[in-house]
Formats: sequence, structure tokens, C-alpha cells
Amino acid sequence: MNSFPASPPAAAGDVMVKAEGVHKRFGPLEVLKGVSMEVRRGEVVVLLGASGSGKSTFLRCINHLEKIDAGRLWVDGALVGYRQVGDKLYELHDRDICRHRAEVGMVFQRFNLFGHMTALQNIIEAPVQVLKQPKAQAIERARQLLERVGLADRADHYPNQLSGGQQQRVAIARALAMSPKLMLFDEPTSALDPELVGEVLDVMKALAREGMTMVVVTHEMGFAREVADRVVMMHEGRIIESSPPEQFFGAPQHDRTRQFLSKIL
Amino acid sequence: MRPDDIQAIPARHPGRWVAAAAVLILGLALLYSFITNPRFEWGVVGEYFFSTRVLHGLWLTIELTVISMLIGIALGVLLAVMRLSLNPMIAGAAWFYIWLFRGTPVLVQILFWFNITALYPNIGIGAWSLDANNLITPFIAAILALGLNEGAYMAEIVRAGILSVDEGQSEAGSALGMTRLQVMRRIVLPQAMRVIVPPTGNEAISMLKTTSLVSVIAVTDLLYSVQLIYAANYRTIPLLLVASIWYLIVTTVLSIGQFYIERYFGRSASRNPRATPWQRLLQWLPGRRERLQ
Repeated sequence: MNSFPASPPAAAGDVMVKAEGVHKRFGPLEVLKGVSMEVRRGEVVVLLGASGSGKSTFLRCINHLEKIDAGRLWVDGALVGYRQVGDKLYELHDRDICRHRAEVGMVFQRFNLFGHMTALQNIIEAPVQVLKQPKAQAIERARQLLERVGLADRADHYPNQLSGGQQQRVAIARALAMSPKLMLFDEPTSALDPELVGEVLDVMKALAREGMTMVVVTHEMGFAREVADRVVMMHEGRIIESSPPEQFFGAPQHDRTRQFLSKIL
Repeated sequence: MRPDDIQAIPARHPGRWVAAAAVLILGLALLYSFITNPRFEWGVVGEYFFSTRVLHGLWLTIELTVISMLIGIALGVLLAVMRLSLNPMIAGAAWFYIWLFRGTPVLVQILFWFNITALYPNIGIGAWSLDANNLITPFIAAILALGLNEGAYMAEIVRAGILSVDEGQSEAGSALGMTRLQVMRRIVLPQAMRVIVPPTGNEAISMLKTTSLVSVIAVTDLLYSVQLIYAANYRTIPLLLVASIWYLIVTTVLSIGQFYIERYFGRSASRNPRATPWQRLLQWLPGRRERLQ
């Protein structure tokens, strides 16, 4: 297990994500080998690391798209996927897991917009089906969100009529429509043409400024430097470095980090 | 056409003209024999084409096709979802069903359902039971056999459709807090339709013709109706022609319907929807060629 010089002491209510010795195996392959970290409310944490270092897997564990094999993971004080009574863990029922996921927004590398629905329908789907919002209300909110990501005029377009950058912005709006308390970004700009990366990052920066708690897996160093409160380096399933961006990029502590940065910058 | 556009002499294709002429001559020869061979008895065909008995048989054939397909599709979706269930008993039950109903000839299944009373003279639970002879009429037996058999085939078609939908779609649905059932119903199945519809159209057309098998249990469908007529008047060929032409007409109607359903479910997949045959015809009219671009 890794432990780090404690980030400034925070009250329990201030911690949005807390991981303690999280392990994840895919068959014989151990992808996470004891990940411990905290993300405080309103904090933006960028996860870095070579491919296969476990950063995406860790992100997917946070909203229980992957089940962890050992350790503990809390979101907003609640265990992910389990209920603890005494020292016994009970697996949560599907509907409780769904409730948990509804409160955590996720943005995928490949956008994953619903192909048979227009941008607007994509956004109102979960608010109407999961939160049981009245349709008119959901549509009004969806229009506001589209406005906010700069796509008010694309409401009735199908995903394949939109550019990659536009699709990703709709995907962000779709996640925001659930009013999540935490947003997870899994390499949101990796599948985009270079000239489209900026428009997505702009939306994410605005979101960070508004105080959204965000965990971002990305290779966009500029974004990490500018927006992150903390940059976390993962290597072979472990966290090897975690520090504010000035320190992370200015004076990296670990050899691996230095190697990684020299390749990427 | 702009002044700079290339105006080349088209390449000649004499081979195409020879082949086209050969096909045309053969076609005309065949048509000539159809018209002039008196043994086709086209007069008899015309006489019986709209007769009440034939039309009644046609209606029954359409009824059988529609009801059996509806049962087949509903059952197919259910079985496909069951086969993908996490519960091994449920998945196994669906697998067994498909194995059983795909593994035996549909004609055998029709005969089985027709004779089901030999196995179960009474159908029901405890004191509440019905005489199977009254319940399983030939029509019901036909529907059961065709629908349950179709369900096994539709299950595989639906399953292929479900598997064709990118996993990221259900993942995105789950991440938004949708339940497995919601994801299946709202996200996966609608997108699977694009893959499911074309083979389902084939199944419907195939079903239309398979219904003729029910003549063995004396259901007066289209084929059995004309059989009854030619058994009395011995005009076998013209009456089979009557049935064949009706089968062709209904098949054509089904194909047209299939085209429009495919177009509907493909609407989000392509930026330009496929032109309808009517639109394509218009495009080919002189002076309209430009619109093709």
C-alpha cells in the first residue's frame, strides 16, 4: 500500500472520493495494486500515467463500472457497491448501484452518445427515465445545457451528424443533466482531431471554475497545469506521485514521473 | 454542365448489348409459351382468382402469417434477452428451447400440436381444466406450431442484433444510472433494430410460404383452398397458378413494407436516407439526372 504526505487535513464531509488499498484484477492480471487517494469536494484531480497503468480502470471503479477485488472505496461518504454492517460487507442491490451511478457523471473517450437519439434526446433520456423528471422540465434544462456547451443550434442533430468535439460536448451536457456531485472524465479528448480538443477542454475548464469536483484521466498537460488542483501519477497499478501541478511539473520527485514527462512534454 | 467539364465519348460495351439481347429473346420466348400454351388455362385462372373460397384462403394465410410472426417476434426478443441473462438457469432454458424448436422440422411440429390431445386430453390446473379437443382447433395448432418455431429463429436474429450494438452504449446507459432493463429497452434494442429488421423481413416472407404446410392438418389456407377446388374439378395447374400469383403479390407487398421499415430504423445511421424507389424513378427521368449528385 502506498501512503502519501497527507493533503491538508479535511473534514469528513469535505472528502468526495476516498480510496484505501484498492485492488482490481482481470483474471491473472492485477491492474490496480493498492490505490489509496482522496479527492476533496470541489477539487480537480488529473490522473496521469502510461497506458496500462490502471488510471482508466480506477476511474471506472469509482462509479462501479468495475467491481473492486480488495480495499475500500467511498464516494461522498458512502461505500461504492457495498453496505457495511459491523465488519461484514453486503453487496448492494442493482437499484442501489444505479442510484449511486446516477449521482456520478462519466464522460467517455469514445463519447458513447446514444446513436438513435438526437442530441436533445440524449440529454433528457436519463433525467426522464431515471430521475423521473417531467419531460418539459428536462427539455428546458437540456436546452440550457446545450447553450452552455455552445451547441444550442444542434439540439435536433443525431450524433453522426456532429463532429467529435461536438459529440463530446453533448456527452458532457448529458452527464451534467443528472446534476452529478462528481464528474469522471476518461480521456475525453484522446479520440478527437487535434483542432477539436480545445473546444472540449474549454467546457471542462468552465466546469472546474464553477467548483465541480472532477477526476480527469487525460494526456493534456496544458489542462493539468492550468486547471488541476492536484496531479496524480500512476504506474503499474500504483500511485507513485501526487502533488500540485507547479510541483509536479516543476520538480517531479519520482524517476518514472520524470521519464513520463520527458516523453510527453 | 460547366464549360470546363470533360465531355468524353463514352466507352463502347458491345458485350453488354449481346447479353441483353439474349436475355430479352429468351424472356420473350418464355412469355410467348405462357400465353399460347392452352394447358395453362389462363381463363380458369381468371375465373378463380377472386373466387370467395380463394380469397377466404388468402385471408387465412395472411392471418396465420401475421399472428405467427407476432408470436415469433415477441418470443424471440424474450428468448434473446433470456439467453444473455446472468442467471445460468434462465440462459440455459432459452438455449434448450432454441435447440428443441430449431432442431425438429416445422412440419413435424405442426403435426405434433395437431395431435397434442393424445398427450394431454385435458389442459388446465387442478379442478380448472379444459377439454383439449375444444381448445386446440386446427387453426390454434397451426398458430402454436408456426409461432413457437419462429420464436426460436427470431431469438437468434434478435441476439445477433443485441450483440451488434457497441458495448459503450450500454456502459453509457449504466453510468447514467439506468437499470439493466432500461438499458436494454431504451438503448440497446432500438439500435439493434437496424440489424434485426432485414432478416425479420426475410422471416416474414418465409413464414408466408411456410404457412402452406398447414394444409396437412386441413386448415383452409390459400394452398389448401385451391387443393380443395382442384380435387373437385381437376384443374390442378391453373389453380396452383392462382395460389402462386397470390403468394407473389403478398410477398411483394411485404418486401415494400420491409424497405420502409428498414429506412425508418436506419434514419439515425446515415446522413442521407436511402431514396425510395419512387424517388429513384423520378431521378432517372430525363432532365432530372442532376439531382443524383
